[in-house]
Amino acid sequence: MAVALIAFVLLRAAVVPKSFGEYGHYRGNAIGEIASRPIAHAGHDVCEGCHTDVVEKKRLGRHVVVPCEACHGALAKHADDPGNIQPPKLDTAVVCARCHEANSAKPKGFPQVATAEHSGGLACDTCHQPHKPKIETEEKAAGGKK
Amino acid sequence: MDITRRHMLLLLPAAAVAWKYVQAGTPEAAPNYKLSEHSWGMLIDIPKCIGCGSCVRACAAENDVPDGYFRTWVERYHVTDYAIERPQVESPDGGKQGFPLNQDASGKNFFVPKLCNHCADSPCTQVCPVGATFVSPDGVVLVDKNYCLGCRYCVQACPYGCRFINPKTNTAEKCTLCYHRITKGLTTACAEVCPTGARQLADLKNPKDPIHEFLRTHSVQVLKPHMATGSKVFYNGMDGSVR
Repeated sequence: MAVALIAFVLLRAAVVPKSFGEYGHYRGNAIGEIASRPIAHAGHDVCEGCHTDVVEKKRLGRHVVVPCEACHGALAKHADDPGNIQPPKLDTAVVCARCHEANSAKPKGFPQVATAEHSGGLACDTCHQPHKPKIETEEKAAGGKK
Repeated sequence: MDITRRHMLLLLPAAAVAWKYVQAGTPEAAPNYKLSEHSWGMLIDIPKCIGCGSCVRACAAENDVPDGYFRTWVERYHVTDYAIERPQVESPDGGKQGFPLNQDASGKNFFVPKLCNHCADSPCTQVCPVGATFVSPDGVVLVDKNYCLGCRYCVQACPYGCRFINPKTNTAEKCTLCYHRITKGLTTACAEVCPTGARQLADLKNPKDPIHEFLRTHSVQVLKPHMATGSKVFYNGMDGSVR
């Protein structure tokens, strides 16, 4: 009996991870392991540190609130090595439609169009600048009010 | 080289110290982060959601989620006046590529983003037979994939359908509230990319977090409150038909 008890205690000590029970009924080290995973999205603050020209342009339009990686995708690798890793070129006909394709479930005040009728298949950046999407008339662009 | 008794006496303490470090696992990546100072949750502002699927794509990219599985997804609700108890709900590919035009524009139509509710009294952690899933001291429900057996009890226990078995690892997987980001002072990937601010990470233990003002001044609900799971994902503007 004593031998069995000793064997159980030794076996238990060998198989139960050391950090088990540190915070509760689980392996405490799991928290640090999950936290140590690398990130994929750099965050708009990092993008704005380099791309100040885009920040200025966005500031003038309604896309000022749209974070960079909402359209451009995860860019932490580009932020780490901007010389060698470039973000993919976007197809505005697809990217813009994800937000702006008309749908009765979208909030009523949100700008939305039926793209087939609105652009006839043209890419959105034929007319709109993605970072400052409102089209200004030539007169306004020449110096009039926005 | 022959190991003498003297060498062995010197080697044993060194081996003991080395073994301690081996057992200690990966050191925590954010040394300034204190578990006891945070309690994480999320605010979902339904009237702001446009169903663009940016959050679903960002989550998949950030967390290497396999195709066809979702840690977060977006549902489109269609509710008619006479059938509020039986809404039509659809979520094609989790809403990852947005939503096709809905043919029936009558009644109420709106989007509802879904994710793990990071319950304080979570049914999923209670049924785990080995302690592989747990609520961390900072209020996030996590899965220890190195300890999970893949028994699927937690998948069945989650009342919100937020868990799945990863076909590559055969272990349970779910939203971690981007634990690897929030412990580094960043927001979650879904909240980072949301173009309308419909998702906001909330630290309930931080008195300066805007969540407190929002909860005071808005009518906010949680999913399935009758189950008393202590959900920490708060929904603003949620229709009574949402399940």
